Amino acid sequence: MLNDPKNYSDNIKPYLPKVPYVRNCLKAFVSGGLICVIGQFLQVFYIHFFHFTKASAGNPTSATLILIASLMTGCGLYDKIARFSGAGSIVPVTGFANSITSAALEHKSEGIVLGVATNLFSLAGSVIVFGVVSAAVLGIIRLFLAQAF
Amino acid sequence: MIFVNAFLVGGAICVLGQILIDVFKLTPAHVVASFVVLGAVLDSFGIYDQLIQLAGAGATIPITSFGHALLHGAMSEGHEHGYLGIAIGIFKLTSAGITSAILFGFLTALIFKPKG
Repeated sequence: MLNDPKNYSDNIKPYLPKVPYVRNCLKAFVSGGLICVIGQFLQVFYIHFFHFTKASAGNPTSATLILIASLMTGCGLYDKIARFSGAGSIVPVTGFANSITSAALEHKSEGIVLGVATNLFSLAGSVIVFGVVSAAVLGIIRLFLAQAF
Repeated sequence: MIFVNAFLVGGAICVLGQILIDVFKLTPAHVVASFVVLGAVLDSFGIYDQLIQLAGAGATIPITSFGHALLHGAMSEGHEHGYLGIAIGIFKLTSAGITSAILFGFLTALIFKPKG
C-alpha cells in the first residue's frame, strides 16, 4: 500500500538517504576531542602564565574559545567545520557561541536593536532556560534534603 | 596524560550527541538542551566533579558543564543563604561564559557581514 497515509513513514524508508552512523560518530569523536584538547592547552596556559587555579581557569578558557568561535562564525569558517564534524562542533561550548553569533548575523538586516540584539538568544535561549530550570529544581530538592536530614 | 583524557572524554560526549542526532532523530537544539539538564543531574550525585578531575577540559568544554556550573553556583550560595541563595548564586560560575558569549557575539555580528 504505497499511498496509505498511515504507513507513510514506513513507506518512505527505502527512499531516505542512508546515514553513515559509524563515520559520523568517528568525525564527531575526533573533532570534539580536538576542541577539548585545545581547551586543555588554554587551561594549562592560563594556570602557568596568569596564575589561575585549576578550578578558576575554566572561565578564561571558555571565554577564549567563545571569542575564537565567534570570529570563525563571522568569517564563515565555523560552518565549514560544522558540516564535517556534526555534533563534534555542536556539543562543546564553541557551538553555543556559534549559535548566538550566527543567529545575530542572520537577522542583521533587520537592524541592530530588533535584528541583532533581539535574536542573539533565539537558538541559545533554550540552553539557558533548561539549564536554569533544572539547576533551580535540583538545587531546591538538594537543599530540602540537606535541611531535612 | 590529562590531554589524552581530555581528548577521549570530550570526544565520547560528542559521540553521544551524534548518536542522539543520527539514531534518535533529535534536532541539535534538543541535544544541547538535554545535555545541559544531564550535566545538572550528574552534578547532583557528584559524578561530574570526578569527571572533571579525570579529564579536565574534556569535561569542562562540552555544554554539559554549563548545567553542572549552574547547579554548583546555586548550591554554594544556597548553603549560606537558604532557598534565596539558589537565585543569587545560579549564574555565579557561568557569568564569564555568558558575558563573553553576548559581548563577542554582538560585536562579531556588528563587524562581519552575513554570508550566503
